[in-house]
Amino acid sequence: MTITANSDIFPQMAAKMLMEEEELTHSWKEIAKRIVEADPSNLAIIGIRCRGDILAERLAKEIKKISGLDVPLGFLDINLYRDDFTSVGPEPLVRETKIDFDITGKNVILVDDVLFTGRTIRAALDALIDFGRPASIRLAVLINRDGRELPIQPDYSVRKMAVGKGEIVEVKLKELDGKEGIMIVKTR
Amino acid sequence: MNWKRKDLLGIEELTQGEIIHILDASVSFKEILKRPIKKVPTLRGKTIVNFFFEPSTRTRISFELAEKRLSADTVNFSTDGSSVQKNETLLDTALNVEAMKIDAAVVRHSGAGVPHMLAKKLSVPVINAGDGAHEHPTQALLDMFTIREMKGRLENLKVAIIGDVRFSRVARSNIWGLTKMGAKVHIVAPPTFIPPYLENLNIKICHSLDDVIKDMDVLMALRIQTERHLPSPLRRQSGSGASETMLRQAGLPRLAEDGEAGKSSFFPSAREYRRFFGITMDRLKKAKKDVLAMHPGPINRGVEMDPEVADSKHSVILEQVTNGVAVRMAVLYVLLGPHTKDFGVGARRQE
Repeated sequence: MTITANSDIFPQMAAKMLMEEEELTHSWKEIAKRIVEADPSNLAIIGIRCRGDILAERLAKEIKKISGLDVPLGFLDINLYRDDFTSVGPEPLVRETKIDFDITGKNVILVDDVLFTGRTIRAALDALIDFGRPASIRLAVLINRDGRELPIQPDYSVRKMAVGKGEIVEVKLKELDGKEGIMIVKTR
Repeated sequence: MNWKRKDLLGIEELTQGEIIHILDASVSFKEILKRPIKKVPTLRGKTIVNFFFEPSTRTRISFELAEKRLSADTVNFSTDGSSVQKNETLLDTALNVEAMKIDAAVVRHSGAGVPHMLAKKLSVPVINAGDGAHEHPTQALLDMFTIREMKGRLENLKVAIIGDVRFSRVARSNIWGLTKMGAKVHIVAPPTFIPPYLENLNIKICHSLDDVIKDMDVLMALRIQTERHLPSPLRRQSGSGASETMLRQAGLPRLAEDGEAGKSSFFPSAREYRRFFGITMDRLKKAKKDVLAMHPGPINRGVEMDPEVADSKHSVILEQVTNGVAVRMAVLYVLLGPHTKDFGVGARRQE
């Protein structure tokens, strides 16, 4: 889920560090392992911009490393499918969707950083169906937090947790934010 | 940045940031045109009326496609077969249609300032699809998008705008846009086609294409706007005075007879125009190897541009048309997208 980085604007609001770089990197590699062990056939990985795309790329690299498979990689921007603009902010930047392969018949692993209300994933599913008919779609996320508004659950997640009222989970990734880690931040 | 305007009426009032905002958004929308299902649900439930009081192929179909690809409902209005023929005024036409609860109006008219007047009277966003010889903002945006896509940038590029600048809204919008984006604009036209006051803008004016063609990165040819030229005093248009007045009241242009350029007194003949200002294969040999040849359409093949040039590898004319749909999708998204409902234009949300 994409949220304004409160902890960058107001450093004193950062409540606590949930996961440091080493644990994040290691746990995400475990996810790659579990995906390959479950079913390596006809895989495709699609990351939801932004941050889901970086995590997706890391998964693809790790899968190649442990199994030698070249899994097709795609990136999805779901802003044109959203129904929840109130939680994002004024005009979201529409980034480019890039899915250069046919997803029909593939076992798609959809990737995002935090699963919260489920509306982002709902939008992503709608978008994917317009691209073709995958054999299956499974969801891999870093954090599975509470607060679901739709019946959507992850197939793979690094950590499941409940978050306090007025707090959000913020994920920072090196490629985008220059640093790495998961934090709980107060929004009020 | 956040788009704050209710309407898109021209390029003159836009900032460089606003132009870049739309060009950047257009990249994402262009990708949608490559999908098997070329649709996104973004403007689902919105109704857009295309008010075209002047003929159009490209712009009208382009807007209609852009609207449909965003899942909006479209209604096309053209003067033929409408109550304009019963002398209903422009304002009444627009207000009546607005009363049917539409969400946006795209307007093309032969009268300069018509979209601006409607924007004041209508509560919905108004997009200028061409007002007389004044502006054609979406055309300039798609031209700049095409150049930026092919050349990687607009800044410091040398762009020649060739031909009927005086009566061309495409020229005006492009002059505004390209200068704001830092390109070096060169107007190449016979003196009869140079409008007054151009020297107030920072652009070069030349009367010979051969003199400048070797330095240009982009050659933008304009159509000779015969329908906007006053008739030659030596010739009279056929038809009674009464029907001419009715045509003008209805906002319809007077069409030059036979489509032949020589009817007005701005240049001796189409042949002579081509000789001095036409983009020919011979002229292209003197130009840069990667020079772009552009034209907003419709082309008078063999006058502004030779057929071989229009079909050559220098020509990006068809790219312009493809990009037009993407750029118009971006404009519609920025003016009408679902984010505008919760925030109004320019509101900043605290969360």
